[in-house]
Amino acid sequence: MNPRECGIMFHSISFAGRLHTLQLRDKVTLIKYTTVKRVRRDSYGYRRLILAERERKLATPRGGVFVPRSQVMSVDDVDRALVRIAHEIIERNKGADSLSLIGLQTGGVALAFKLREIISEISNAEIPTGTLDVAFYRDDIQLRPVLPEAVTDIPFDITNMTVVLVDDVLFTGRTVRAALHALSDFGRARSVQLAVLVDRGHRELPIRPDYIGKNLPTRLTEQVDATLEGVVIGDVVKKQR
Amino acid sequence: MSPLRNGLLSVGDLDLDGIGNIMKLSAVFSEVLGRDIPKVPALRGKTMAMVFSEDSTRTRTSFEIAAKKLSMDILSLNSSQSSIKKGESLKDTLANLHAIGADCFVIRHSSAGVPAQASTWLPVPIVNAGDGCHEHPTQALLDCYTLIKELNDSGDSADDDQILKCFNGLAVTIVGDVEHSRVARSLVKMLDMLGAVTTLCGPKTLMPKYVDKWPVRVRYRLDEVLPETQVCYVLRLQNERGSGIYLSSMREYAMNWGIDHRRDALLPDNAVIMHPGPVNRGVELASDIADSTRSLILDQASNGVAVRMAVIYMLLANSGDVTFDKGAFDKGNLVSMRYADRETNEQV
Amino acid sequence: MEQPLITERLRAVRQPAAMESSGEWCMAKFLMRGGTLVDATGVRSGLDVLIDRSDIVEIAPDISLPKGARLIDCDGCVISPGLVDLHTHLREPGNEEAETIESGTRAAAAGGYTAVVCMPNTEPPIDSAAVVRDIIFVSKDALCRVVPAGTITIGREGERLSPMVEMNACGVRIFTDDGRGVQNAFVMRRALEYASALGAIIAQHCEVDDLAEHTVMNEGYLSSIMGVKGAPNCAEELMLIRDLELAALCDARVHFMHLSTSGSVELVRRAKLAGKQVTAEVTPHHISLTDEMLSGYNSIYKVNPPLRARSDITELVKALSDGTVDAIATDHAPHTKASKELPLDQAPPGMIGLETALAVAITVLKGNSSGIPAEVSSPGRLTIEPSVLQYSMSMVDIIAAMSWKPAAIAGLDIASGGRHGGPLQPGAPANLAVFDPSAEWKVDASRLLSRSSNSPFDGLYLTGRVVHTIYEGEPVYLDGEATR
Repeated sequence: MNPRECGIMFHSISFAGRLHTLQLRDKVTLIKYTTVKRVRRDSYGYRRLILAERERKLATPRGGVFVPRSQVMSVDDVDRALVRIAHEIIERNKGADSLSLIGLQTGGVALAFKLREIISEISNAEIPTGTLDVAFYRDDIQLRPVLPEAVTDIPFDITNMTVVLVDDVLFTGRTVRAALHALSDFGRARSVQLAVLVDRGHRELPIRPDYIGKNLPTRLTEQVDATLEGVVIGDVVKKQR
Repeated sequence: MSPLRNGLLSVGDLDLDGIGNIMKLSAVFSEVLGRDIPKVPALRGKTMAMVFSEDSTRTRTSFEIAAKKLSMDILSLNSSQSSIKKGESLKDTLANLHAIGADCFVIRHSSAGVPAQASTWLPVPIVNAGDGCHEHPTQALLDCYTLIKELNDSGDSADDDQILKCFNGLAVTIVGDVEHSRVARSLVKMLDMLGAVTTLCGPKTLMPKYVDKWPVRVRYRLDEVLPETQVCYVLRLQNERGSGIYLSSMREYAMNWGIDHRRDALLPDNAVIMHPGPVNRGVELASDIADSTRSLILDQASNGVAVRMAVIYMLLANSGDVTFDKGAFDKGNLVSMRYADRETNEQV
Repeated sequence: MEQPLITERLRAVRQPAAMESSGEWCMAKFLMRGGTLVDATGVRSGLDVLIDRSDIVEIAPDISLPKGARLIDCDGCVISPGLVDLHTHLREPGNEEAETIESGTRAAAAGGYTAVVCMPNTEPPIDSAAVVRDIIFVSKDALCRVVPAGTITIGREGERLSPMVEMNACGVRIFTDDGRGVQNAFVMRRALEYASALGAIIAQHCEVDDLAEHTVMNEGYLSSIMGVKGAPNCAEELMLIRDLELAALCDARVHFMHLSTSGSVELVRRAKLAGKQVTAEVTPHHISLTDEMLSGYNSIYKVNPPLRARSDITELVKALSDGTVDAIATDHAPHTKASKELPLDQAPPGMIGLETALAVAITVLKGNSSGIPAEVSSPGRLTIEPSVLQYSMSMVDIIAAMSWKPAAIAGLDIASGGRHGGPLQPGAPANLAVFDPSAEWKVDASRLLSRSSNSPFDGLYLTGRVVHTIYEGEPVYLDGEATR
């Protein structure tokens, strides 16, 4: 129904409105909502976030359908890569003191919490971990659709900490640039490092990861879907209308 | 996702998904506002023109702060200082501001329908910041957001996916001058969409003639409805209404429809009081009740910034009319967005 | 600004003698072939009409084209007496940006009108013989007969009676304060008495200011959610009741303008049954459009009295079809684009209608017989209420309401010594409208001949199109174009 018509036909709105309420309850809303109260760390709605990230990542200005072609890393491959990265992080920073992890919304979040788990197992230290949504810092606002933005939650002061940004796929580097900008609004970190599960090349900015799960040469037009469950390479094809 | 294509002129421009998304985005911006540096570069380089031909403190500053927190530039116009005073027509003023480089307009006007008219003149989004006795949609949105925060906090555990659920069956009583209230018109529409049960209460002279066709109950005696009220939304009584045509006197209004201590006691313990401001202390609301713990008046004001950031951001950061195709997930395909408006020749 | 404009126009007025020799069409004979004649005597087909100078000289089958005569093709068309509008705002003097006598009468010619009564709410108002004479003088060159209406009170202020006797001597037959009703009952009583002695008519714009001042539209559900002030139906009906009583008291004739509510026509119906001297008119927009048109705050649809509810439309059409309402009058009210782009509550009320009146009347009132299906809500077409369709009228009745009945009210018919309203017979004046009753056309407000374009029917398809208009033997509008 045309929303302008709804405005006039008050009664039909109310009817349609109630119907909507019922539907909304059954709907899986993809992105988390939070009030100012801090969101419980363990209730991130992992599956939903994965879906949301795929949505976001594949939301090129063109739109399309992701068709997987081949699996590049299995679940175990991803686990092994993360364990290696965890060791590298501890090695590079000579321990886990004043170390913190920040997962980039939304694909880096699950990886960051997995890394925290592994690091705390290795070093017996609790690593402060947060999430960062860089949507408001991107340079392609207006080129992509608005989604209800994801949660930014950095419940610790990053000043004088070593912050490891964690993301799933490093591609053009623009997300990381936005993340660096965003991070500077939260405080002055002693150093910022970058961990990614997949580096697929095609950088458009002078950004280099410190920790890499896998170097994956790709064609520019390909899409990479990297999660804890594995890494899949595929194509986005134009959606049938 | 966003139905806000031409701007936000009326609550009727929104559907439930739209309201839900604005609420979620408002929560995100609330977090931004809590940061040490509560400002994001999202809309830098964009210019927001504010055309206010009526006095306003809250709405004007709230929009201004919201735009600044989004790193926008602001073109502010007061009818008293502008060429409207010199006899330039509103259309010419707006067209010139657009030519100068405004990317969106926030319009308040004493005549109903001006933002709707402006949206036919200008190819940029228009936000209605209150037009005559018609609507004030961002006020209704911020009231809605304030209630979500209040109700979900005091409840056990709010399911984040169902943020609008708290409105189901919520008993809201709107007290006062409904006839001349744009806030009431927006709020009634929105509460109806959200499934709340709205009661209007006030002297019959201040009720619209055809209010019986609105999706509300109407009561004329306040004491009867207060015990079953969860949200008591008090409207401002403009002084000129107390001049003897609509009401016999301000005193009589305060005695019969003002929220004083006796009426405050009639409200259930967990009921809240809201007011769009500015408050006539001692007329529609007793002074210490306006400052009491059940009053959400200041929350409303502070939430207004986040809600207006969300609205502006949705209007200006969007690239097109986008909808999710959720069914495609079940088929094992990962689906991006479907652009309803945009056709592209690019090969993907 | 205005003064030089008027003098310039006065200078441009041609002398009658010069007019006869210079006009391309003057001194000519015309043969109108192929039309169906519709007038008060009924419908006649298979007849040609021969016009010589300003009169019809012959009506017969298969007239051969006389030497020097021009043929006007009327194949498939209706030839009727020229239409007469009781309610036109020509805006001159005072607001020539919106309309002039020249442009307004050109629009009238395009609508099939050969005579219009122009309303006195000009600037200065028509409240003195001087202004009346000025308008008559300026309109000598016009494309149709212009009959000024005078004000009831000086300056339309509702306080002191205007010089009706003097204006009546200049030819004014109708007095009205149109745009405002006479609020004071005592003033109204004296006006009715004064006018009745002259044989003139008081035409009342029924609206009680106390209830209708500063209103923007009909009071209803829509105005309540739009947050604008609405005028209740009774704002019109209260004054109508008062004036019916006053007219009875003074034994005076009274004419009610642009009735808009079901209550109003019911009151007129009862008064007529009681034998009172009452006449009434409705406008094309009040029988076709509802207040829902205003939902987008488009001030094109702001008019006074306001567009009403569906039920009112049905009653107005019913009253037209049973003769309660005598005439369809356009209330052609031109306004500049700039003034209509003001906020809804500041924009002036009114809409133009001369060029669309006949088509709207045919579309609405012949809904059944003009081939339009009952579900007439397809986009781009004027929506007609199903309840209206049961009152569809014959072509004779429609033309009656637009030609000879208003001509009689304005004193322009042959019985009153005028030259309008037919019937069509040899020796009768050649004031004719020729229209194709089944032609579909799309209204394009920017291409209408009126100087203003505030038509509420812009972009809509209507049925029935004026093809030629003959005014005093001159084809002022020929094949869909004004000839001068």
